[in-house]
Amino acid sequence: MRLLAMVARRAIWMPPTLFGLVLMVFAISHVIPSDPARVMAGENAPAEQVQALRHKYGLDLPLPRQFLRYVGDVATGNIGTSLFTQRPVAEDLWARLPATLELALYAIVIAVVVGVPLGVVAALRRNSVLDHLVRVVTITGLAMAAFWLAILLQLLFSMWLGLTPVQGRIDGWGPDPITGFYTIDAVLRGDWETLGQSLRYLALPMLTLALPAMATIVRFTRAGVLNVMSSNFVFYQAAMGIPRRRVVWKYILRSALIGTLTQIGLIFGNLIAGAVVVETVFDWPGLGSFAVNSILQSDYNAIMSFTLFIGVVFILVNLLVDVAQAVLDPRGR
Amino acid sequence: MQAELLSVRDLSVSFVTEGGVARVLDAVSLSLAPGEIMGLVGESGCGKTTLARAILGALPANANVRGGALLFDGRDLLTLDPSLVAEQVRGRAITFVPQDPYSSFSPLFTVGDQIMELLRWKSPGRRAGERSWSRSRRRADRERALALLRTVQLPDPEHLLRKYPHELSGGQRQRVMIAMALLPEPKLVIADEPTTALDVTIQAQILKLLRKLATERGVSVLFATHDLGTAWEICDRVTVMYAGQELETAPIADFFRAPMVPYTRLLLDSLPSSGSALRGIVGDVPSLVSPPSGCRFHPRCPRASDACRADHPAAHEPEQGHQVRCHHPHLQPAGIVAA
Amino acid sequence: MRTLRRLIRDRSALLGLIIVAALVLAAVFAWPLATFPQDVTNYDPPHRLLPPSGTYWLGTDRMGADIYSRLLFGARITILIAVVATSLAVLIGVPMGLVAGYYTNRVSDLLMRISDVFLAVPQIVLAIAIAQTLGPAIQNVILALSITYWPFWARLVYAETRSLRNEVFIEAAVALGASPLRVMALHVLPSIASSVIVRTTIGMGGTILVAAALGFLGLGPPPPTPEWGRMIAESRGFLPQAWWYATAPGVAILLVVMGFNLLGDGLRDVLDPRLRRGGADAS
Repeated sequence: MRLLAMVARRAIWMPPTLFGLVLMVFAISHVIPSDPARVMAGENAPAEQVQALRHKYGLDLPLPRQFLRYVGDVATGNIGTSLFTQRPVAEDLWARLPATLELALYAIVIAVVVGVPLGVVAALRRNSVLDHLVRVVTITGLAMAAFWLAILLQLLFSMWLGLTPVQGRIDGWGPDPITGFYTIDAVLRGDWETLGQSLRYLALPMLTLALPAMATIVRFTRAGVLNVMSSNFVFYQAAMGIPRRRVVWKYILRSALIGTLTQIGLIFGNLIAGAVVVETVFDWPGLGSFAVNSILQSDYNAIMSFTLFIGVVFILVNLLVDVAQAVLDPRGR
Repeated sequence: MQAELLSVRDLSVSFVTEGGVARVLDAVSLSLAPGEIMGLVGESGCGKTTLARAILGALPANANVRGGALLFDGRDLLTLDPSLVAEQVRGRAITFVPQDPYSSFSPLFTVGDQIMELLRWKSPGRRAGERSWSRSRRRADRERALALLRTVQLPDPEHLLRKYPHELSGGQRQRVMIAMALLPEPKLVIADEPTTALDVTIQAQILKLLRKLATERGVSVLFATHDLGTAWEICDRVTVMYAGQELETAPIADFFRAPMVPYTRLLLDSLPSSGSALRGIVGDVPSLVSPPSGCRFHPRCPRASDACRADHPAAHEPEQGHQVRCHHPHLQPAGIVAA
Repeated sequence: MRTLRRLIRDRSALLGLIIVAALVLAAVFAWPLATFPQDVTNYDPPHRLLPPSGTYWLGTDRMGADIYSRLLFGARITILIAVVATSLAVLIGVPMGLVAGYYTNRVSDLLMRISDVFLAVPQIVLAIAIAQTLGPAIQNVILALSITYWPFWARLVYAETRSLRNEVFIEAAVALGASPLRVMALHVLPSIASSVIVRTTIGMGGTILVAAALGFLGLGPPPPTPEWGRMIAESRGFLPQAWWYATAPGVAILLVVMGFNLLGDGLRDVLDPRLRRGGADAS
């Protein structure tokens, strides 16, 4: 029951924020100087066709009414029609979502599984050789442009060493979809060859996304552990002779993990930002490359729909993180 | 003369800091008999916390012990292997009551969790190094813990064990701390300003409780405080420290009635008393990186002479049980009575 | 100044300072420092895609232009975007945060809700939307970056102002009759100044990364402007042979962002006494 109250208290801010988001996207999309109807119809289309399209999409209505119509559309799941394909953008986004999710999830798992222990060890052996090395690597990792890292890795591992494929998600067709995740579906279908293949294709994009996230995680975990190590309760346990190893594992790790969770929201945002460029470099058929293709085609509608979609996902993720934090930290209750 | 439980002899400790090497303790000597409550009194920065930590063996990483001996129960703790001291002495024969009970608990675990954690390693029934913690012993320990929590006047201890530290009041937390300090059946409890963080009304209760429990169990207490009033409430004997040097040790009544060392007199003078204006001590506390030579109080002392600049004298005993380290102690009673 | 001296003693902060200074110098003195200053606009097709050599220190690009020289001129773009976009964001966001944090009425709630809406979308996604709408030009990049960045500042300053409101020295100032504007400007602002300075420095680095990403996606200043992100995008068609084409601008970005980060970290250690790793306390 208390959990429900906690969720409700935080979820109550969602509707106004969502509404504001819709309003903002609408506002931006109406700054365009060009005429979407004309773009859709084509340069040489007759005026009546353009007018018909304009009427179809309600572009001849006054602005406030257009907005209301837009809100209605969004509420029913129609977040826009692509100027290019004339299909609902939502369809394309849903179709491409699993590809990006698979990539992002693997990246985050690697970043956490490698990053948290690294941060803890670096903090425990402060100012050691390992610590300095870790700090140099994190500082470099946080200063690198994700798209540049992607290109470098591609250059090194795919083009020069030939270890991984240059681009794409799979060669040929993926496994018959159950979840849309190639790796999971391959396992579920017992198709080991496809599993191996899809892992090879995943390797570089996943690594590129994981490295900056890992740098952030190591940084914050290290700072968190250092902070806890200098806290009074750690001193108290030492003063009472409780073995240090025990103190580290039981108390410090807990505090550090909770601190890391706080950062997941931030990291997730960076992950999405990274996905856009990484998918472009590796031609990964996900949401990011969809966005970039839309940019190249000047498909304003698609970009706005994409922005709205990401906004909603982001709000939901932040809500989840908020709740998880409240559950794990007794002080919040 | 009773056999001493704790004997600190000429202990010197220095810290490496950004500004240089700070000589925090300068050949400090102290002794404590079994069952005695000794106050360690002085202003902030006088070294009482460092001395407490040194006895505990919990000095920070940038501290160096430069000489002296720390005899506890006949053995010099400084010569023993530190991990052995951690396992066998700390949390067993010597325990600790911290200044801030709130931050001395982990906020993520229940009070009960943390008490049981202590007992897991430091239960008196357990031999050092023993791995298992049998269910029967666990139950026995839990009963002991509940009993002790009742003794420190915490009602409904079962319910309390399930609470988190932030759900308790300051006074309740400190009572739990006292209980935890007594659970391993120690011989010496080191209390570092245990009442400073509490409300004034609660302070007196906690002090009385601590004194009662210590005398009942014959446990010695080393009680560090900057508040002379607190020392008066609870201590049998008092040692005064200034800038890393100990100056005077006396039974509590003698200390307040007839202090001999000039610093102590000025300190007692500076206690606010109704009807008279506030008096301070002229000058500032010295830097410990480049402290004054000899007796470190000499720049501010009205009785200072060349001898004082030259060296900090060894302890001598002008009266039974009253030791001073001063070239020019007052040998007549002061005529002031501390409030 | 004493702070400057303390900053210099920290080696990594010193490195950061040197890098940032080098960036400024490269931008200001691009003309004399460049080996082929005319290559910002002129093309030399016969010499395209040459590897680094004595003449072309970092090789040439697809148009035959000297990459080293273009990088130097690109430094101007980088600095311009970073400084203007960050400054705009700070100049809008900080006062908003101060006002919203000081008052506790519905207006301040509304201001923060508005910030939340902007912050609901990752910065680059929103920046893409805005830059795409406005078209590829340097002023549009700056606009897109500052619009997506000011809410971060508003939130930050709001949180700090809120926590300061309960401090005794603020209460004292109000009790002595200081007007709200006076309290905000003379009491709150100086207390948060060091935090703002540190984050502005680090923020410059972040802004440069987002700007480079926009340039990479084609949303930045159009050719022939030597924007570093765009240069990397151009190089893609010529890999793996013309490896220098992709590497050089990327290293430039890496060094510059690292410089700002190191400098910001160093400033944090020097300016904020509370965050400084303390020495021993000897009481």
